[in-house]
Parts: sequence; C-alpha cells; structure tokens
Amino acid sequence: MPSITKPLATHPTAQRNQLGLTIRDYEGSMSTLCAGCGHDSITAAIVRALWEQSTPPHRIAKLSGIGCSSKTPTYFVNGAHGFNSAHGRMPAIAAGAIAANCDLTYIGVSGDGDSLSIGLGQLSHAIRRNLKMVYVIENNGVYGLTKGQFSASADLGSKSKRGEANRMAPIDPVRLGLSLGATFVARSFSGDKEQLVPILRAALSHRGFALIDVISPCVTFNDHNGSTKSYLHTRRYSRQLVESDFVPHADEIVADITSAGTTAVKMHDGSTVMFRSVPADYDPTDRAKVSAYLDQHQKDGQILTGLLYIDGESPDVHEMNRTSATPLRELDYSKLCPGSAALDALQEDYR
Amino acid sequence: MGPRAGPLWRGTLKTNDVSHPDYFHKVVDCQWACPAHTNVPEYIRLIAQGRYADAYMKNRESNVFPAVLGRTCDRPCEPACRRGRIEEQPVAICRLKRVAADLKGDISDMLPKAPEQNNGKRVALVGAGPASLTVANDLRPLGYEVTIFEKQSKPGGLMRTNIPSFRLPESVLDEEVANIINMGIDIRYDSPVTSFKSLLAEGYDAVFVGSGAPRGKDLDIPGRHDSDRIHIGIDWLESVAFNHIDSIGSRVLIIGVGNTAMDCCRTSRRLGGTEIKVMARRPRGYFKASPWELDDAEEEGIDIVINHAPKRFVVENGVLKGMEFDRLEWDAEARKSKTVETVFIAADDVILAIGQENAFPWIERDLGIEFDQWEVPIVDETTFESTRKSVFFGGDAAFGPKNIIWAVAQGHEAAISIHNHCQGVPATDRPPQGMNLISQKMGISEWSYHNDYNPAHRQKMKHVDLEERFRQLNVEVEVGFNLEQTAREAQRCLNCDIETVFVPKKCIECDACIDICPVQCLTITRDSEEAELRTRLSAPATNLDQALYASEALPQTKRVMVKDEDVCVHCGLCAERCPTAAWDMQKFNLLIQYAGTSCTT
Repeated sequence: MPSITKPLATHPTAQRNQLGLTIRDYEGSMSTLCAGCGHDSITAAIVRALWEQSTPPHRIAKLSGIGCSSKTPTYFVNGAHGFNSAHGRMPAIAAGAIAANCDLTYIGVSGDGDSLSIGLGQLSHAIRRNLKMVYVIENNGVYGLTKGQFSASADLGSKSKRGEANRMAPIDPVRLGLSLGATFVARSFSGDKEQLVPILRAALSHRGFALIDVISPCVTFNDHNGSTKSYLHTRRYSRQLVESDFVPHADEIVADITSAGTTAVKMHDGSTVMFRSVPADYDPTDRAKVSAYLDQHQKDGQILTGLLYIDGESPDVHEMNRTSATPLRELDYSKLCPGSAALDALQEDYR
Repeated sequence: MGPRAGPLWRGTLKTNDVSHPDYFHKVVDCQWACPAHTNVPEYIRLIAQGRYADAYMKNRESNVFPAVLGRTCDRPCEPACRRGRIEEQPVAICRLKRVAADLKGDISDMLPKAPEQNNGKRVALVGAGPASLTVANDLRPLGYEVTIFEKQSKPGGLMRTNIPSFRLPESVLDEEVANIINMGIDIRYDSPVTSFKSLLAEGYDAVFVGSGAPRGKDLDIPGRHDSDRIHIGIDWLESVAFNHIDSIGSRVLIIGVGNTAMDCCRTSRRLGGTEIKVMARRPRGYFKASPWELDDAEEEGIDIVINHAPKRFVVENGVLKGMEFDRLEWDAEARKSKTVETVFIAADDVILAIGQENAFPWIERDLGIEFDQWEVPIVDETTFESTRKSVFFGGDAAFGPKNIIWAVAQGHEAAISIHNHCQGVPATDRPPQGMNLISQKMGISEWSYHNDYNPAHRQKMKHVDLEERFRQLNVEVEVGFNLEQTAREAQRCLNCDIETVFVPKKCIECDACIDICPVQCLTITRDSEEAELRTRLSAPATNLDQALYASEALPQTKRVMVKDEDVCVHCGLCAERCPTAAWDMQKFNLLIQYAGTSCTT
C-alpha cells in the first residue's frame, strides 16, 4: 500500500475543460489496490471521460457494492457524492437515488462477483428498469479480495493461479444484458483507453442503463499463463468489433464521411455516437443480429470489444413511471406528501 | 560501475543514448548547467539531514569555494532548475550552499593534504584568484611544488578586490583561501610578474596564467581626463577593498548596469553617497546585472535611470559638475534608438562600470604564445593550453570576464592538463566521465530518498535593516536562511538525480505508471520520429531542450514507452505502482574526473 501521496504539482500546460478544471480535479484518493491492477486503469479512464465531458464534480454520484472493484469509486472525483452499499445491493441503492434525484450523473462501479454472483438479481432488475446510469463491471474472472477463487465470469477451462481448471460455464454480462433488454451494451479492456474513454463518454450521454463490461486483469491472481483474462490473453484474442467515436453535442462538426460502414446513432442529448463497423453489415441496433454475431465468435474463443449494442429509443425508468420532471428532492413537502386527506381519497379509489 | 542501462534503449532519438553519462546528467538540470557540475541534489539532501560538513565537502569537490559561491555565485543552476518549470521559482540552491558553509563546523580533517613527499615537479601560477587557487587545490595533494605570484598583498583576486565586503565578508574569503594555501603553497605577495620571459626562465615544469581580466573599460568622451573624480569601477572597488578610498561625494553617477555597477553603487551608498544614479543606455530587461542584484540595489534606494547614453563630462575649472546624456527612445526590441533630447545630470563623482577585459602587457610576444587580433591569447578550449607547450591559461585570463564558478571549472580542467603534461601524457588525453546508477528501493513504499512533494514556495532571504547595513561598509546584508527556512527550502528540491530507469522487457503494459503520473510525463504509443512523437504524448512535449526517454518495442504490443523528462517531479510513483519493477528509481552519480583521480579504465 503506497504511503506516498500524489504530488500536488500539475503539468504547467495542463489543459482545462469547459468548467476550467484540469484532469487532476477529477482525481480521488490514492488507490490501495495492487500495483498494476486493471481497475486503476479503468479509474483513470473514468476520470478522463468525466473531465472531457465537463461534468461538474458535485453533480456526480458514485455507487458501489463490495469487492476490489467496489473500492474504486474512492479513487476518482473526490468532490462527488458516493454510496458504498452492501454486497450486490448497489443497483437497489442506485434505483432509490435516481428516483429521488433524476438530475445527477450516476456511475455505478461493480465487479464480476458483486454483479454476477451475489448481485445478479439486482443487476437484472436494474437493466429491466432502464435506470439512467453508467454501470461498469470491472471483470477479472476471479475473487481477488478472497485470494483467487473462480468467479462467475471465469471462462470454461481457464486456470486458477494454483493450476486447477474451471469447469462451470461463465456468465457473460454482455449476453445477459442483451437478453434482458439492456439499451446500451459495451465491452472493453482496461488496457485500451483509446476505446474505453469514448465508450464511457457515450455511456454518460445515454438515456438509460449503460452496461459496460470491462476486462480488467487481476495482476495478483489472474495474470498468468492459464488465465483467459490476463493482459497478454486479452491483447492476443480481443477483436475490436466496432470502432466507436463519441461526438459530443456541443462540439459536433458536420463532415462529409463517405465510408460505407459508418453508422451514426443520435443520442438523447443531441450528441452522436459514430460506429465504424469492422464487418460491413454489422448493425449495432439490431439485437438479434448482435446476439448471433456474439455466438458465432464465442466459438472461436474471441473476445469482441466495442460498443456492441445500443438502443436510444426505449424509455428510461422515469418515462416508464411517468415521474415528475422536477427531482423529488426539490418538490415542496406539501406536494411530496399531500396529507392524509389525499391518501384517503387515493385509497377510496381502490375500494 | 553500477548497472548500465546500455543497449536497452534504441538509438533513433539522438538524445537518448542512456549508456552515455550525458543523458542522465542532463536530467539533473542544475548539475548540467553548473560549469563545475556540482552535485546539487546530493548536497541539498545532506543539508536536509543536517550533515552540513558533508554537504560542504560534497560541494567543495567541484567548486572549491562553497562559502564564497554561496554568497556571490551567478547561479547558472537556478534558471535551469526543474522546480522553476513546475512553479515559478527555482530552488534557492545558492542560499542553501551558504547554509552548509556557515554551519559546517570544523572540517580540517576532511580537507585535502599535501603528501609527505613531493613529486619533484614545480608549477608556477600567475595570480592568486579562483582559477589559480583551484589549480593549486588540485595539484598540491599530488605532490607538486606550487608557487603563486600575486601582485596584491592578499590572496583571492577579484573575490577580494571586486566583491564588496557587505556581500562577502573578508573572514569567509580568508578561510577558504587559507584552506588551499595552508597545504604548503609558496605564495609570493606584492610580486607582479613584469616579464613572463624571466618567469619561464626559472625552469618550472608548467606555468598557469590565472591573472583574470583586470583592465576596466574606459569611456573616451569629452572631458574624461579633465577631473580626478571619474573612476574606473573595478579599480575603484579594489581601492576600497584595500582601504585606499573611504569616501565619495554625495551625488554619484554609475555608468553601466552590470553586476560591477551594482557593487559600485551599493558601495558608494556606504561611503557617503546619498543621491546615486545608475545610468543605463537601454530599457529594463536588457540589463546585464542579475535580477536579484538589481533588486538589492533598489532596496537601498539606488535610482536606476534607463535610456540615457553618456555624451560628455562637464568639468568647470577642474571641478566635475556632472554629465550630459542623450536621452534615447528605443524601438520595441531595443535594437535601434533615436535621441530625444540632451540632459544634464549633476554629479560629484562618476564611476565607469561598462565592462572589463584581460590584458597581458607583461607577456613578451616572442615566446611562442600566440595572440589573436584582439590581443587575447589563443587557448585550447578543452585543455586550456596556449600555443606554447607547458603554458596554460584559465579563468578570465583565458576567455574574458565570466564568473567565479567558470574560473573554478576551468582551473580543474587546466590542472588535469598540467598533470598530464608533467606525467608525459598528452594534454588532450582527457579521462572520460563515468556514472553510477544505484536503485533506491528499500522495500514496499520505501525509498532511500524523501520523495514527498513539498508545495512550499521559495523562501525569502532576510536582509539586515537599512540603517544597520549603512553603519559600516562590511556589515553583511544577507543574514542567511534560518534552520526552518533551510528545511523548507531543501524540501523543495525534486531530487532530479534520482532517475527513472525503465527496463522494457519487464513491462506488461498495464498503464499503472501512466495513470499515476501527476504530471503526465508518460505515454505508451506507437513508435515514430521524435518530432511527430512529441505532439501526441499524454501532454505535448514542447520543451525541446528536454529529452524524450523512449524505449525499444514493448513485449506485448510492440508499442514504445516514452517519457518526457521536462517536468518529471521524481516522485517515484511510476516505480511505486509498477507491478513488475520495470520502472525503478536509481540514484545517478556523475563521476567527474579531477587531476590525479583519473580512472584508467
């Protein structure tokens, strides 16, 4: 655990975002994770994405459960709100927070244990409700905090550090998301910020639940030869399915792009996600085709990365429930709690 | 030798041959900028530990006069200091040097000594200034019989005659000079060399000329020779130093705005001058004086008058009345000027401080020592040998007026040449510099240097009250840092000599170092030419004076690790967060060669 604090010095030419903040203004406390942990790189990508988006730090809420992954919200945006929930229960807390205040930017950070084992039910319903939040799964296929047991996302045949092979089928969060009707499904790699940062920015602009499965090698327990989630294995077998660029609303520039395989998806806030698909006929808005494509490549042991599926049309939790456009926390008490007379009238309706 | 980074680094970038000591040396900006290459970070660490004597001796290895230079150095190290690129103000290196000197205590056991047996070689040095004294310091411990000829009655050269005692107390100078002379140097005072031919005839094995640049430039305009109240700056300072002059008129004009002018005006202030003007031809920003010397003069109520070119001295009936100046108007770059009007400024005394030059009327021109068209001897820039074998020049005598630290650096080099010459080795055989790189890792999160970044600002030097300092000529103005200031200032040093050293084959490209770096020094990217590479790093590398440290291809993706040395704060977090120890913090120690310590490998 480093005892060294990060120097206050900044690069003298450090750029500032629209709020006049440098990237260092989006940092959190010093990480206490193992040196070289993929999670720290994801943290750095989140810091960069939030800085590039010029999201005001005090308008961010960070949520997490339990695990190595769930420590990481401490390591970004010191000025944000935060909630560290019980194991696997972060989606419920997020649902409550989102219900009470629709105005914040919600970032949930979870892991394969927190989301795919103990919290699988919670995650499923968060997806179904289309909670407006970014949900990052820092996926390393191993329980690092309890010294290296297989997690629910460990691949068949992948080996533990002690040499035994995993014999249970993995839960793939991408396919889980697709099957439950998720509206934004992406996969990326902690070691590839060029891809991860634009995906995070797109997720921050998405009107609903943005699920990002990020392969994040556990440098202590799962970065060895038999691992399928090591730095080396991920680099060797990952195929960037779609190259995605995020064009923010404010900076949009109309350009004459003639390349055939480009698909633009308009986001709810007016910004655009540009897809340059590697296969010419890949359609990131067609759930069935995306599913079939994933099936086909899973057989070859390939790890497809990129923003795989997006649906900007489905209503999010607030539209589904026709909630007030004013955040509940800003409503007058008299409106929020109209009194026993109103309750009696409501109950009368159900008789 | 320690572990050499050697062939780990590709050679496509000219700047990053890290097997050559120059690469890591250049990262230590202060040491690189110092002509004597004093190991600044090392002595600052020793000061921080309270090891003042060790800090002093580390200093003395290369610069010989730490107490003198801690007060008077022109400080080429400070503008170079990396701290000055992170925030505005560099580390107060010079002032810390003085702290070590002031608090060192008794160091007599640590000083070099003459051997019991001389080596049978005799060397003559002309002038007892910093260059000659450095040569003596280096050669006497090797057994040379050293004789110094000095025209004054006391040693020190310009350190004594040109630097006023309120900046450099006489006792400080006396002590450091004595440390050299007491090794058994035969010094002959009041012995100006009037004929170099007869000196050479005395059969010395080598002769070193360190006679400085003793001739102040004159200003030949009307009226110059009509009054005895017009003085040449350095001669006047010398007369003050030897108590031949102890007063001056109340209205004084100083012509010129270099550091000598600053010494003249401040000395005048102490000898009775009340209305003192320093007359500058050009606007501010084009002065030769160091900014801190200007500040100190203005603090004492000296008026610095810009855009005035001297026209004539006004002398009536043999009495100096003042001077006429052309008031100038300059263009934006201060290249061209036009005269706006002529103005008269009254004065009782005028001091000319417009430069100085070396002069050798005492060297006969038929000795095989060639002079160029400006009557300056032709001297080899590496060996400091003249065109006559066995005759060497150094300090201001060799290449014109510079500062003490250059004279010292040249003295060291000349001593190597003299030693070579006397041992029958060509003077051009220079022993190469070496380096050691030693890991500073002590354990997890433990480094053998203090790597916490201290955001403290540069400490302000306290000055003696104006009233007190004008009471007597030799009241030292700067009181020196107190212990608290010293501790704080020492902590501002970034330890640039604790170098980031990278081993590409260990890297798994996890990005941990890049993510943690507080100043965005690091990038893993595809390889290309340096100019293009500089534009697409984590932060654009726009300071072309600072090298890029670029690795060979990394194992997994064949990309390269690039570090921009420019604003690295040497916090060690890259090494701290590296899971494979591909990054390490290693102390760089430049092995400087001096006469007789030449490593023969």
